[in-house]
Amino acid sequence: MDLQELQTLAKREQEILSAPCIRCCTVGGCLSANALEVKKQIEVAISTQALTPPIQVRGVGCMGLCSRGPLVRLDPSGILYDQVTAESVPELVHACQETLQSNLPKELPNNTPLSLPQPSSYQPRHHPFFTLQHPIVLENSGHIDPKEIKEYMANKGYIALYQALYDMTPSEVIDQITQSGLRGRGGGGYPTGLKWSTVAKMPPGQKYVICNGDEGDPGAFMDRSVLESDPHRVLEGMAIAAYAVGANQGYIYIRGEYPLAINHLETALRQARKQGLLGSQIFESPFDFRIDIRIGAGAFVCGEETALMASIEGKRGLPHPRPPYPAESGLWGCPTLINNVETFANIAPIIRNGAEWFAGIGTDKSKGTKVFSLAGKIQNTGLIEVPMGTSLRQIVEQMGGGVLDGSAKAVQTGGPSGGCIPVHAFDTPVDYESLTRLGSIMGSGGMIVMDQATNMVDVARFFMEFCMEESCGKCVPCRAGTVQLHQLLTKICEGKARTDDLESLNQLCEMVKDTSLCGLGKSAPNPILSTLHFFKDEYLELMHNKASDDHHSS
Amino acid sequence: MDGKPHPNKDHRFRVLEATMKRHQYQPNSLIEVLHKAQELFGYLEQDVLLHIAHSLKLPPSQVYGVATFYHFFSLTPSGRHTCVVCMGTACFVKGAASLLSTVEQIAQIQTGETTRDGCLSLSTARCLGACGSAPAVVLDGQVVGYQTSEKLGQQVTQMMGHPQCKVAT
Ligand SMILES: Cc1cc2nc3c(=O)[nH]c(=O)nc-3n(C[C@H](O)[C@H](O)[C@H](O)COP(=O)(O)O)c2cc1C
Ligand code: SF4
Ligand code: FES
Ligand code: FES
Repeated sequence: MDLQELQTLAKREQEILSAPCIRCCTVGGCLSANALEVKKQIEVAISTQALTPPIQVRGVGCMGLCSRGPLVRLDPSGILYDQVTAESVPELVHACQETLQSNLPKELPNNTPLSLPQPSSYQPRHHPFFTLQHPIVLENSGHIDPKEIKEYMANKGYIALYQALYDMTPSEVIDQITQSGLRGRGGGGYPTGLKWSTVAKMPPGQKYVICNGDEGDPGAFMDRSVLESDPHRVLEGMAIAAYAVGANQGYIYIRGEYPLAINHLETALRQARKQGLLGSQIFESPFDFRIDIRIGAGAFVCGEETALMASIEGKRGLPHPRPPYPAESGLWGCPTLINNVETFANIAPIIRNGAEWFAGIGTDKSKGTKVFSLAGKIQNTGLIEVPMGTSLRQIVEQMGGGVLDGSAKAVQTGGPSGGCIPVHAFDTPVDYESLTRLGSIMGSGGMIVMDQATNMVDVARFFMEFCMEESCGKCVPCRAGTVQLHQLLTKICEGKARTDDLESLNQLCEMVKDTSLCGLGKSAPNPILSTLHFFKDEYLELMHNKASDDHHSS
Repeated sequence: MDGKPHPNKDHRFRVLEATMKRHQYQPNSLIEVLHKAQELFGYLEQDVLLHIAHSLKLPPSQVYGVATFYHFFSLTPSGRHTCVVCMGTACFVKGAASLLSTVEQIAQIQTGETTRDGCLSLSTARCLGACGSAPAVVLDGQVVGYQTSEKLGQQVTQMMGHPQCKVAT
């Protein structure tokens, strides 16, 4: 494949894709809501009525509003139909036909099985869930068929890789990434350009690029969605990274719980190899890069980079102390670049549009956008991509449509390593530093909304149970500390604790935080510390009850 | 699983062999091979683990260590039906804990156990990535969302009332 072939192919495909089309989300949540059957019924309905103009039917990735799936969109008008059922398909096809003929969006009469107080179809352009978004990572998601490399190409796919290989030196690529201000989306927020240049500076020889798709944070499904909806963008990002740091072998480490993402990745890899975009002599240049998939086996700690590499080597996923950092001595002792799925997904647009474009989005220290999975007790659950610096209030109230019934109490970010942000701090802009100041972290992008009925001590106990079970057991502070913390929290929840137990809770948290070997243990106390800070009264209430009981019984 | 199949007679061993061969019997392909073995046999029997250890020239202790470290691998056979309750954060705040206790009560087993008649296995997951339809449950490999104790209770009772299950007792 050369540039001209790519462009010709892209152009031809663009024409095909611009014709009237019903696009059905056939991944993630929609899939478990019977989306495949819906798509099949639409195809049957269309094929039996010779329609003018003809309408194509395509399966695409996540459209964002997952809780209202299966979602179906009519293009080019962009009208979205939600909660489509196999039974409502005839009506839907009819409405689509009328819309195309009259150019006026036709709504569906009450097809909403969950009877939520919202229209069953609307113009995404006008809904705050969509208007406040800024899709970069998700630009193709819900628009292209993830199993067709041609559709990715029609949307500027692999152009950035070509540009990097032919118009830029490896160090120019790294400069662009550095200047863009992109920071790792896997949780830590380490500057991506700096990480790349560390690996690039290591002496030439065997180097590796790893994509971390372990997504262990419960309640987070951004990476799953990106891999299911637009896998080529991750491959392209990895290939550009490999060129920049001088690697010829890559691995994608992906959770075993995500069979569809694995399937789409395998398809994407096969197609990219066939087109000469992966493998040897990519784009007929001297650059070689192979990617293999490694499937995780359900251990949260394997998301930690050193544990992940141990797992790729076929061992138990035990973290080891850093330094040495993977950039110096990683997989099989070779310099290794490891980045998150979303980090890689940002690379191609940065190369295509330039570092300045990217640096113009977001805040001073947090550039670009962030994908969040908005879940919990909220009206609109799904995936959103917003510029860094968007406030929590905008996300929860405007985009999320507020809490189901009742009002919000807190938002949990960062999963088991993060914390709970109370409603009075909802005007905080979402960026790495602001969230850290509130005792939480950006994390990988899970955002769980909790309402007034949620018991925050129970939430802390929930996360501690998670960490206790996921602790790999290598170091004592984490192995024993998480058990102790969990026992203390259980005691508190059961109303058996005294006020001085809170003091031990605090001390134990600090100890585990300061002395654990890896990030899991170091951050395990965060959910306790943040709930203790913002919701101390809920802890005290549980104490107080017990204290008065004591008086009565003695 | 019926009796102990002889490695050469059971076609599953041949498929496993092919997988190891494709990985050139590299010790670092252990996790890939275990995935395949579990897919073929449903769980990792001691014989199978030993066979893998010999083939990849790994000490059995290491194979056992890896197989027990990862939640995905199971060393005991699972029931005819499976119920996996998601206990991820999104499902948790939407009442997954009460779903779990409902199933525990109906089936009279704890999480991680199989009913004595081998009918139902109950386990939990960390997030299925279907948080949009929380609380979510996987019944016999099928993800189903928007669960309530009532709905789930009915489905589980139905599974347990299956004629095949009755015969097994
Ligand atoms: C316990 C633990 C779990 C982690 N889980 C993940 C994960 O699921 N996905 C991820 O990308 N990074 C995870 N990380 C962060 C990785 O170690 C690593 O920093 C990251 O993949 C680097 O990529 P980035 O610079 O692009 O963010 C985890 C870290 C720790 C300590
Ligand atoms: S902190 Fe916990 S997870 Fe990390 S190495 Fe120590 S025991 Fe293992
Ligand atoms: S999975 Fe269908 S909209 Fe997200
Ligand atoms: S938390 Fe249950 S599916 Fe994500």
